[in-house]
Amino acid sequence: MLQGINLACVRGDRELFRDVNFSLKAGGLMQVRGPNGSGKTSLLRMLCGLSNPAAGEIRWGDVSIRDMDGEYYAAMTYIGHLSGTKDDLTVLENLRISSALAGFEIGAGQAKEALSHIGLRGREALPVKVLSQGQRRRVALARLLVCKTPLWILDEPLVALDVSAVKLIQELLERHLQEGGMVVMTTHQEIEITAASTTQLHLA
Amino acid sequence: MWIIKRDLLLAVRRQSDVLTTLFFFIIVVSLFPLSVGPEMNMLRTMAPGVVWVAALLASMLSLGRMFSNDYLDGTLEQMLLSPQSLSLLVLGKAFAHWLVTGVPLVLMAPVLGIQYDLPAEALLVLTSALLLGTPVLSLIGAIGAALTLGLRGGGVLVSLLVLPLYIPVLIFGSGAVEANMSGVEFSAHLSLIGAFLLVTAVFAPWAAAWSLRVSLE
Repeated sequence: MLQGINLACVRGDRELFRDVNFSLKAGGLMQVRGPNGSGKTSLLRMLCGLSNPAAGEIRWGDVSIRDMDGEYYAAMTYIGHLSGTKDDLTVLENLRISSALAGFEIGAGQAKEALSHIGLRGREALPVKVLSQGQRRRVALARLLVCKTPLWILDEPLVALDVSAVKLIQELLERHLQEGGMVVMTTHQEIEITAASTTQLHLA
Repeated sequence: MWIIKRDLLLAVRRQSDVLTTLFFFIIVVSLFPLSVGPEMNMLRTMAPGVVWVAALLASMLSLGRMFSNDYLDGTLEQMLLSPQSLSLLVLGKAFAHWLVTGVPLVLMAPVLGIQYDLPAEALLVLTSALLLGTPVLSLIGAIGAALTLGLRGGGVLVSLLVLPLYIPVLIFGSGAVEANMSGVEFSAHLSLIGAFLLVTAVFAPWAAAWSLRVSLE
């Protein structure tokens, strides 16, 4: 269970939000909404432990994530604005390296399977720098297929994706939620995801 | 460690980065005999210092790239979120940096030493001192690179931060060669550099990992 208690975020001398509370159970989806600059990305970076909240506490299970380190990182996958792919490496190398980094070492066969599922069949040996923006996004999202972590934190996962890819991600998220996973995501697009419980978090 | 493999693979794909460092080293070292003139005795006394200073500058030249590329494309973020220890990842990256920039310098040093008319035994001491000393440069450099990550004008700042910390290695590194040439025992110098290497191998990754977390917050 992921829990946020009285979270506050301060950037410079501006307070972005305060007293944000939520709790997310297995199979739960939380959509973070709000206008540009309302602190959605800041909240997500806090949730994955990249930055510390100005006040409040984030708990995974019953333990504050600040006291967990590796154990929490092993349970979480974060995909942010930056794709986290290396331009000079091929699509296949990128996927294998990024999943090894996340603690899931996979073979070439498994990686190829994931890539063809996400619509990059035949592109495995191309360096990422020749790919389009949407294809790069797919390379980053392919990690979700191989890293079996319960908590996914996704910052604008649908940016630059075409209709078929959006549908693919939607199915992927629904399957993950059905299997008892948790998803925290931000998006400006309207997307219908069926989940056991859906929370909407509005940041003003 | 696959992080070492990854950084080496990247270096192979971008050979120009590696070659610029090596050629910088070769050219700086070669400029001295040309500008000072063929005075053998003077060249011999200058040699250890010149080679070491050039090695410091060359290794510093590539420090900026150690983390900044990973920072820009988001892979550094993923390293911070990896269940594996960040200090170990940093140690792996520093080791890869040494393999890519330090080892070519070490291999090139004896050839360049000939320009300075160094005797064979002094060349051997110079090479072994560099072999022990260059990993220290990469390790200390990792701290500087992590601290200046994402700052404007970080390149100049990193040299101001890191060069003073290189001084002990420089003193004992060139001291070893000078001791050998004046017929004194040089092993104490090498042992001291070895001690620096052990201390930095333990503390530098930890300090760099901590600075990375601060830099990315």
